[in-house]
Amino acid sequence: MNLADVQEAITRAHQQEWARVVAALTRRFGDLDVAEEAAAEAFATAVERWPADGIPPNPGAWLTTTANRKAIDRIRRESKRDDKHKEAQMLYDNPAVPSVPLGAIDDDRLRLIFTCCHPALAMESRVALTLRMIGGLTVAEIARAFLVQESAMGQRITRAKAKIKAARIPYRVPSADDLSPRLSGVLAVLYLVFNEGYLATGPGTDPVRSDLTAEAIRLTRLIRALMPEDGEVAGLLALMLLIEARRDARISASGELVAIDEQDRGAWDAALIAEGHRLVRERLAAAAAGVAPGRYQILAAINAVHTSARDVRDTDWAQVVALYDQLVRIDASPIVVLNRAIAVAELDGPDVALTAVDRLEDTLAGYHAYHATRADLLRRLGRGRQARAAYDRAIELSGNTAEIAYLTRRRDQLAQTRAQPG
Amino acid sequence: MQYLVSVIEQFLPGGVREDETGSATADEMAAINAFNDGLQSEGHWVFAGGLAAPDTATVIDNRSGEALFTDGPFVESKEHLGGFWIIEAADLDVALKLAAEASKACNRKVEVRPFL
Repeated sequence: MNLADVQEAITRAHQQEWARVVAALTRRFGDLDVAEEAAAEAFATAVERWPADGIPPNPGAWLTTTANRKAIDRIRRESKRDDKHKEAQMLYDNPAVPSVPLGAIDDDRLRLIFTCCHPALAMESRVALTLRMIGGLTVAEIARAFLVQESAMGQRITRAKAKIKAARIPYRVPSADDLSPRLSGVLAVLYLVFNEGYLATGPGTDPVRSDLTAEAIRLTRLIRALMPEDGEVAGLLALMLLIEARRDARISASGELVAIDEQDRGAWDAALIAEGHRLVRERLAAAAAGVAPGRYQILAAINAVHTSARDVRDTDWAQVVALYDQLVRIDASPIVVLNRAIAVAELDGPDVALTAVDRLEDTLAGYHAYHATRADLLRRLGRGRQARAAYDRAIELSGNTAEIAYLTRRRDQLAQTRAQPG
Repeated sequence: MQYLVSVIEQFLPGGVREDETGSATADEMAAINAFNDGLQSEGHWVFAGGLAAPDTATVIDNRSGEALFTDGPFVESKEHLGGFWIIEAADLDVALKLAAEASKACNRKVEVRPFL
């Protein structure tokens, strides 16, 4: 057996089967801890055995069966056997219980997602649990991604699992009347993971963490497969794809952020853009049929407008502003208003935009993008001194190395312009 | 599965109760009664009660076998337990839904905690 083939098979099985195995075990044993540990042991056993025994014809079934045995072993090992464990063991040992049908296993993954993203858990715990239980990332990998000690991340996950058990956070898809708010909670977790990858913070980190953006997209694809009818799931996936498509053009060779108007549009990923545009068109058709789009769908549509322009000068700014107007109606948060102003600058001029941006000072004075936007508008209005002060503040507040490099260059160019005679 | 739903009573700086009487208003009481009726008819009711102000509390320490009585609440805080429900609920989702109704009815923040 070729070792490279086996490793590839294990990697593929890990990507495709991890969540399925954890979800099936959680259902059977009613305990996330048991499910997680047994799943990890099953994959460790695969690493040990597959090179010698060969790749099983159905890796997923092999892993689930092995994980089930590991879970039973653990329960038998533990002297303390509460009733639930006994019950689970009897269920497992009873040959009359039919194996779980495939469709229900898919439902189990969705149940697991809703459990991990439960609103009674802190946001950081939801993110960590989702990456561990659904994404299959190790505790060490998650700790690295969020720049915390592995022991601290381990504790965070352990505490969350303990709360799920003690407070009996249910393992099920919410009922129809709760589904919409609960699903938006799940999507918020995935968007947060994506954004941390897209604009990574911290002096020692890469400016773009493609491992995190890729994982967020993979998990959103999974939810899309499980809930193909939901517009916001499609919207979030489209949004991520259209942002991810510009990844390589967004950072220069010297590690500097490249603004969208300066990007090499030929370096955008055409396949991702095509997929994103397909999803946006699907949602536009639904909107035309009277289904009101949510925020992710509108954000995806805005990104579709940007990625439809072969040259920045071809951008349909009126359409972008119209979409932001629609977004403001459902989410009038200062950040949305700020982003709308950026589009307004292109349509109505930087002076109109600056008036709108200045009104946000009370709420956004501590936000780097507020100062970066002001700096750019002031620069375009020829107000160099004020622009410089705004760049300074933006640089101070930004945690992203590529953005700091970009803002610093812009600020220093300002100084050069000013130094020129005349 | 049983959950404790604690009613969080807010205090103004200086330890003054926001509501001097310390009890619910007539409107709040009516809402609480209606909520309690619902709990009973849906099978969620275990027990509930409102508490007198924290300065009526007495702390007892008999760990040494010699009971020591101290006047006043155990902790000085801006928030105190104003009352509580004990509810029966299948899982946390059910408990949270009931607690949300409880918060609305008594017009105060509440906290949900599972019993062991």
